[in-house]
Amino acid sequence: MVQAINSAQDVMLERDSSVVVFGEDVGYFGGVFNCTEGLQKKYGIQRVFDTPIAEGGIIALAIGMGVNEMRPVTEIQFSDYIYPAFDQIVSEASRLRYRSGGEYWAPITIRTPCGGGIRGGQTHSQSPEGIFTHVSGVKTIMPSNPYDAKGLLISAIEDDDPTIFFEPKRLYNGPFFGDPKAKAQSWDNHEKGDVPEGHYTIPIGKAETVRRGSDLTIVTYGTMVHVSLAAAELSGYDVEIIDLRTLTPLDIDHIASSVCRTGRCVVVHEATKTGGFGAEILSQIQENCFWKLEAPITRVAGWDIPYPHAFEWEYFPGQGRVLDAIKKVMEG
Amino acid sequence: MVPSSGKNLNVPAPRHRPGEEPEFDNLDIPNAGAIARPDVLSDPKEMFAYANSMIRVLNMKNNAVGEWDPCLSADDLRKGLTHMLTTRIYDDRMQNMQRVGKMSFYMKSRGEEAIAVAQAMALDKKDMLFPSYRQQGLLISRGRDLLDMMNHCLSNSRDNCKGRQLPIMYTWKEGNFFSISGNLGTQFCQAVGWAVASAYKGEDAIAATWVGEGTTATSDFHHGMTFAAVYNAPVILNVVNNQWAISSFQGFAGGERATFASRGIGYGMPGLRVDGNDFLAVYAVTKWAAERARSGGGPTMIEHFTYRAGGHSTSDDPAKYRPEDEPEAWPLGDPIERLKGHLVEIGEWSDERHEQAIKDITALVTKKYKEAESYGTLTSGARPEVSSMFEDVFKEMPDNLRRQRQQLGV
Repeated sequence: MVQAINSAQDVMLERDSSVVVFGEDVGYFGGVFNCTEGLQKKYGIQRVFDTPIAEGGIIALAIGMGVNEMRPVTEIQFSDYIYPAFDQIVSEASRLRYRSGGEYWAPITIRTPCGGGIRGGQTHSQSPEGIFTHVSGVKTIMPSNPYDAKGLLISAIEDDDPTIFFEPKRLYNGPFFGDPKAKAQSWDNHEKGDVPEGHYTIPIGKAETVRRGSDLTIVTYGTMVHVSLAAAELSGYDVEIIDLRTLTPLDIDHIASSVCRTGRCVVVHEATKTGGFGAEILSQIQENCFWKLEAPITRVAGWDIPYPHAFEWEYFPGQGRVLDAIKKVMEG
Repeated sequence: MVPSSGKNLNVPAPRHRPGEEPEFDNLDIPNAGAIARPDVLSDPKEMFAYANSMIRVLNMKNNAVGEWDPCLSADDLRKGLTHMLTTRIYDDRMQNMQRVGKMSFYMKSRGEEAIAVAQAMALDKKDMLFPSYRQQGLLISRGRDLLDMMNHCLSNSRDNCKGRQLPIMYTWKEGNFFSISGNLGTQFCQAVGWAVASAYKGEDAIAATWVGEGTTATSDFHHGMTFAAVYNAPVILNVVNNQWAISSFQGFAGGERATFASRGIGYGMPGLRVDGNDFLAVYAVTKWAAERARSGGGPTMIEHFTYRAGGHSTSDDPAKYRPEDEPEAWPLGDPIERLKGHLVEIGEWSDERHEQAIKDITALVTKKYKEAESYGTLTSGARPEVSSMFEDVFKEMPDNLRRQRQQLGV
């Protein structure tokens, strides 16, 4: 997935001279996760460059550049570090088009690695997407595989509205099914690991059904797509799985049509539970599918605690917790 | 715990509170013309003194003196005076209309008119402005129709912000005037981004941005200074030190220990301190900084030393936190009176012409206001289409907003 993200930026830098890439350590070094490796060498120091360690400044810089007809792609090194930029994202980038009556806008992309499972402790493991899905005027995206990552990132860069592109860092080098003791797999043999050269897009705002089934629908995104797929296999039930890919705008029609058909639903994410994006998904399913539901909808999520370093796998909602939820919804 | 009496703790307090005699004897104000004008590409390391002194051109006898005199033509001086008068008369009218309930809020720029007006005149029209909320003089100097400004403040059917913004949070793309946020200081580093893009494209347009001295306490200020310095951005970073941030005097932004201009020194950029009530000095300093930026010299920080002669906004009464006659005691006078005095002194203006100008501008403002009201006010008459409130959240309206609009029945 690292190469896919790199390639998306490469493609856009090549096609559009208004695209620039910047963030902490993204230039010569190529980013702490190598997502911009080689880009500075290829496009020069004025198009791919390092920034001061000031996330609020990075986003403000991007907004100003966006207003001056550029298309900045920024990296916030860890999504745990995005909070100093909160005001610039929430009060500025997201509202500029609105507050100016449509005269100004900020076509900026904010890439940021999220999620745990890499022994990052409470400051390198968070999933803060739910904080931003609550904000009007910004689109939030989280891919689960290299093919989607590249197509969605190109869409985000080409989009005239601000986008936050969350990259589940546990998926950077291969799919992860929730078992830290299992042998690590690469993307090489995965059907979505094969990323075409050149330009292609995946539309923002469209979910994808990644497993068809008739007993129950799992609605999920990011790393938890793979964990859910593994749990579905173990469950023995005919589970349908929807990978949201874009969180906002939410593809509720896609979700509702599935849940109304299966009548059962589990919502899964890695972020903490209370007030998480799962609560919004659940509400909207309830609004759209209540009379078709055959069991209460259940959520599987991170506990409502900071991500603890030594108890990473007790925190992480692994296959067992997803499996329990499937059984509970199926068997009562 | 014992009652608070720690002798090493300082909670700043202004020199005077209501009921006390205001005086500013503590201010160290150099004479007009006392300071040399350096080459625009001078090394910031050789310019430390500028941050701790004060550039002044107009002396208190209304003469323009010294190397910083921009030698403007009488026509330009009269233009500057007219823009300042227009700003003040416009402000007074709009504040009155707020008082009678025609709009929710207003902020005057009384006492600070020279800054916005002189700077707008010193910059090119292609230069991009990222103002705070007290630079309406920029709009007026750049020729925005007062009617459009009023339409915005009234949130009426012709408001270009479509009824979404508080009054005075203007947007004017045609005039290269950014959208005013309302959250303090957020524009400071955005201006730097705009300037970096201009440099990236090889264009010679520069950016200018403004914050008050209170806002220098924010991280946005620090970000703007750092990023401007790091990327050598062609930008002018203005701090309008009007002494007051609502009821907090400049000591709460650290002004008791060092001048605000001296903040520039630590970032390796020139910090110029200027008499903000001196139209000619503000003009000259801005020209210097603009020329420096256009010549590849990068950012300049300017502290405009001035005084907020009115309240912060229509929501506060300054008599509750400072002496009522403090504005009159301000030793650097009133910017309009000073430029008027200069024009009279050089034989290019008179009291009669001044009175006539006030009459003419007042009549114009009255006429424009009458027309603006015919397009509605916040509380009566026409307003933007209600359905438009769901537009411009995104470039294209997503389904959830379309459904919510239908739910509202518009």
